[in-house]
Amino acid sequence: MWELIRANKRNSIILMVIMAAVLLLMGFVIGMVMFGPEGGMFGLMIATVIWLVMTLVSFSSGDQILLAASKATRVTHDVHPQLFNVVEEMKIAASLPVMPKVYIINDPAPNAFATGRNPNTASVAVTAGLLGRLNRDELQGVIAHEVSHIVNRDILFVTLAGVMLGSIVLISQVFLRGMFYSSMMGSRRRYSSGSGGGGGGAQIVMLVVAIVVAILAPIMAYLLYFALSRRREYLADAGAARLTRYPEGLASALEKIAGDPSPQLAAVNKVTAPMYIANPFKKKNQRKLSDLTSTHPPISERISILRNMTQGASFNEYSKAYTEITHAASVVPIAAVSKKEDIALRQAGAEAKKEDRRENQMRQVGDIMRKVNQFVFLSCVCGLKMKIPPNFKGNKVKCPRCRKTLDVASK
Amino acid sequence: MKIALIVIAAVFAVIVLAVIGIYNALVRLRNQADNAWSQIDVQLKRRHDLIPNLIETAKGYMKHERGTFEAITEARSKAMGAGNVADASKAEGMLGEALSKFMLVVENYPDLKANQNFLSLQEELTSTENKISFARQSFNDQVLGFNNKIQMFPSNIIAGTFGFVKRDFFEIEVAAEREVPKVSFS
Repeated sequence: MWELIRANKRNSIILMVIMAAVLLLMGFVIGMVMFGPEGGMFGLMIATVIWLVMTLVSFSSGDQILLAASKATRVTHDVHPQLFNVVEEMKIAASLPVMPKVYIINDPAPNAFATGRNPNTASVAVTAGLLGRLNRDELQGVIAHEVSHIVNRDILFVTLAGVMLGSIVLISQVFLRGMFYSSMMGSRRRYSSGSGGGGGGAQIVMLVVAIVVAILAPIMAYLLYFALSRRREYLADAGAARLTRYPEGLASALEKIAGDPSPQLAAVNKVTAPMYIANPFKKKNQRKLSDLTSTHPPISERISILRNMTQGASFNEYSKAYTEITHAASVVPIAAVSKKEDIALRQAGAEAKKEDRRENQMRQVGDIMRKVNQFVFLSCVCGLKMKIPPNFKGNKVKCPRCRKTLDVASK
Repeated sequence: MKIALIVIAAVFAVIVLAVIGIYNALVRLRNQADNAWSQIDVQLKRRHDLIPNLIETAKGYMKHERGTFEAITEARSKAMGAGNVADASKAEGMLGEALSKFMLVVENYPDLKANQNFLSLQEELTSTENKISFARQSFNDQVLGFNNKIQMFPSNIIAGTFGFVKRDFFEIEVAAEREVPKVSFS
């Protein structure tokens, strides 16, 4: 575990340095174009300030913003004991210092994500659709994947890299648009106000360089970001298999998520996408063009890797299965693989065999969501259970089955 | 002369810093192992606390299963009163067995299986059994990390100097305990 965290930290730092260099270079070049040869330093400063401000904002309240944007509701043990228990089980397995906060998102698309800067402030959110479809073992697999993200500090990485990416995109957009409009207006000022007569040629070269940098920088940053984010998904899968000792749980959960017909998650955007267990954007031809710009590895590949782990649940085993399926070098850092580990798989939980419970389970999750949203539950003498929304006016309601009038309990 | 002195001082400072760093890492790993160990205790205690409720709920439905209840109660009081680790581990093994037997018997009582209260206790019990095995797993992981650190160079020198000793893994003593009691609810 520790080797993995260290390797992750090292990769993150390398990525950060590259992205920071790209950001500063872009600031410098753009500054030189906009404010003359001495403007390089000025542009560099502006770029730094933009980046610092965005980092501070996302650091102080990034997770709260994300949870609020996803319309997640915080739940306690009483609301959904199983979810809460499964999170606690994984907290114990991963030896997290504190229990992550648990959230439910009222959305039929099955998905889940984790957020928070460090293991002390982490949160896990799952959708109602996920709770309705998965059995206990599958839910455990999904939560283990999210807890692995927390343990590997992926959330910090996504936050920092996401902000840097955002800054690069922002600066490049502002510059390119500025160039576009100023050339539309036909301003000659830029060309005449260079450094004297001979500077014109150099100025134009500088301008071309700046435009090229401004176009290429965001693309490079995107590709880098997505490549690392895909790698982290594999690592979180490996971690989940290791925590639960049961790769099949996550595999069959991913299968259910992939085969789900409900529309894509309502509240989601491109920057937060890497945090979800499966890509929240639904695309038809996932395996083709989208590969380079996808935040997640193809789900079918993730499933076959997990299903190929027949000998054990260690990182080593995952690494072997990965090489077998993708014919690529290992995703797991060498240090974590070489450690001698002999981790046996475990058996499926008893619940896994029952498949006829799905409708019942969906109804239960629906009730839970209503309870969270302050619906009033009313049982009639004829056995019918009525669910009354919080905005219901009046204090009498007629039972639709036996026509008896009932008092709505005071809210 | 002066330069030589500075170099010696610098080398010394680096060594001191490295020793401090390794020492702190060892302490951190040991504390993590201790913490994981206490997690096992917490979950075992939770299992003990759940049992009276479980029996209370089931009693009304299962009038002819006195033997099962007695076995559980007896194993529980033995486990709670156990003085040393070996006894405790043995008693917990018996308790686990008794509980899984009880869960098998429950299959014959569909009314009980439909009881809301019982269902939630069932979930708690499953989760507690899981937590016990995950706590064990995590303890063994931590011990592995700690032992590796103690045996590897250069931290083995510091571990030897400050008296850090290898920890034992949590091995299960009773054969029945080796399999975490499979609580079957189907």
